[in-house]
Amino acid sequence: MTSVVTAQPSGLLQDRDDRAGKQRQWTGKIIVYGLLLIGSSVFILPLIVMVSTSFKSFNEINSYPPTFLPTQWLPENYSAAWNYQNTDFPLWTRNTILILVFTLPGVLLTSSLCAYGFARLKFPGRNTWFVAVLASVMLPPQVTLIPLYILFFRLGWLDTFLPLIVPAWFGGGALNIFLIRQFFMQIPRDLDEAAIIDGAGHFTIWLRIYLPISRPVMVTVALLTTLQIWNDFLGPLIYLTSPKNYTLALGLNMFQGLFITRTDYIMAISSLMVIPMIMLFIFAQRYIVQGFVTSGLKG
Amino acid sequence: MAAVTRSPGEGIVPIRRRNPNFWRDTARGYLFILPVVLGLLIWTLGPMIASAYYSLTDYKIVNVPTFIGLQNYIELFTEDRRFAGSLSVTLRYAGMFIVIGQTFSLGLAVLLTQNVRGLPIFRTLFYLPIVVPYVASALLWRYLFNKEFGPINAVFDAVGIQGPNWLGSPDWALFSMVIISVWGGAVSTIIYVAGLQNIPEELHEAAKIDGGSALQRFWFVTIPMLTPTIFFNIVTSVIGAFQFFVPAFIMTQGGPARATYFYNLNLYEKAFEWLEMGYASAMAWVMFAIIIVLTLFIFRSSSLWVYYENEAKS
Repeated sequence: MTSVVTAQPSGLLQDRDDRAGKQRQWTGKIIVYGLLLIGSSVFILPLIVMVSTSFKSFNEINSYPPTFLPTQWLPENYSAAWNYQNTDFPLWTRNTILILVFTLPGVLLTSSLCAYGFARLKFPGRNTWFVAVLASVMLPPQVTLIPLYILFFRLGWLDTFLPLIVPAWFGGGALNIFLIRQFFMQIPRDLDEAAIIDGAGHFTIWLRIYLPISRPVMVTVALLTTLQIWNDFLGPLIYLTSPKNYTLALGLNMFQGLFITRTDYIMAISSLMVIPMIMLFIFAQRYIVQGFVTSGLKG
Repeated sequence: MAAVTRSPGEGIVPIRRRNPNFWRDTARGYLFILPVVLGLLIWTLGPMIASAYYSLTDYKIVNVPTFIGLQNYIELFTEDRRFAGSLSVTLRYAGMFIVIGQTFSLGLAVLLTQNVRGLPIFRTLFYLPIVVPYVASALLWRYLFNKEFGPINAVFDAVGIQGPNWLGSPDWALFSMVIISVWGGAVSTIIYVAGLQNIPEELHEAAKIDGGSALQRFWFVTIPMLTPTIFFNIVTSVIGAFQFFVPAFIMTQGGPARATYFYNLNLYEKAFEWLEMGYASAMAWVMFAIIIVLTLFIFRSSSLWVYYENEAKS
């Protein structure tokens, strides 16, 4: 992923008509730069508007024409939105983080354990189960949604975090197993053979050898899971009903439903929700992009 | 490691003699994959069977499911106008998203693989919207699309064009959803970028030496080599269209005039607002069937246009 395609013209062609070729290359580059600059500005503009609007006064937002930057910067919008009546954003943030903290270890442990089984162990039925795991990606979640809802209802798990946490401890998602398995397959076998000679069992090999050297893929899985949980809306919407159990996404939705005109506050909370993920992406883009590429190229 | 046992009729050796560690190895293997085996049984297979049964019943959670045969399915296809409407919205969205979104993603991916400076920064800027939560992007775009105070129409106004009533007009609402999805959908761009990087440079070189122009090289080298990736992204887009939910739920509630009443929104309402669990289960299975049919259709047609490197094609 890190390698950038080097589309340099071959030396042979360049020699033949150096000046004309160079000039054409320059025009091409200018066009590419122009398109990239315009395109990326258009793409990033909505996020800038989000942050800029969050600092504007209520009156400024509702006047025409809209300003690009606030005429008067109001950082107090943030504290006002954060502590708005009938909302509890501190609690909702804590809930979201709580779900994340209890899900992440389950995803990492069980998906890597299963990936090890699929990558390194030989046993009857292995390929069948692996195909079943991959095929489960194709199944629309709606097919299992209603029975699961009824199951959680019977178990008394509705309006708790359990429906969002517990399933993650069962393999941690098919794509994560796939990602980690692909990584494990590339690890040279000499490593485990040496360990087996030393008397280590497979469990030890998984824990002591595979997990430590698989840090890149584990980071990828952890990041993708974090994004998914932080951004999840439908899951919490279905399973969590009382406001004290809301996640950030659900809380933001309730807030916008109640105070639909307070665009300033809505944008402030949205910014607060988006900024951590943007930070994550900027610092760990390599891992996240790698995750999308590997899970995308299986097809 | 395993003791080699050879006997005259090899294929039919009793299992136990083939490998003395057979049972141990099997047990160990299943111990490792136990989480996902249990997971598939508890969270996928069991619910699938239950859902298939519910789809044949009248079930409103408070009552016991009563078996009514195929009645839910018959009602879906013959009486339910909302179902037909939501299916049509979803398919039209899928069509627009595939044509507009994939053209855009591919064009962008080509730009993002050019040999220019500052490429990592451009990539970051284009990829960034991926991480924006749906709720936040829905609220953001509701403001951007606002007919009176929204920045988009203000820009149109400044150049003397009367902007449309984006989310408020039945003609534009679905297209607005496509714009939002393209903005947040750089995952397909990422996949195209990876696909472009996998094309061997020799092919371009060879075409260049043969005098192919940049456009010819794109059309006759890049596109054919990229067809498996295009194929993958189209299938993903179809599945994504049937999962589409949050922006329609938050911004338009399916309106105006049901112009954004997506399949998944319809299903959600049936299940969790009307508590028609049997009927909603039938909808889920119909959705699954449609996805399979469309995927098979794309897959079948793919032999006409998808080029795989290892296939002998003159």
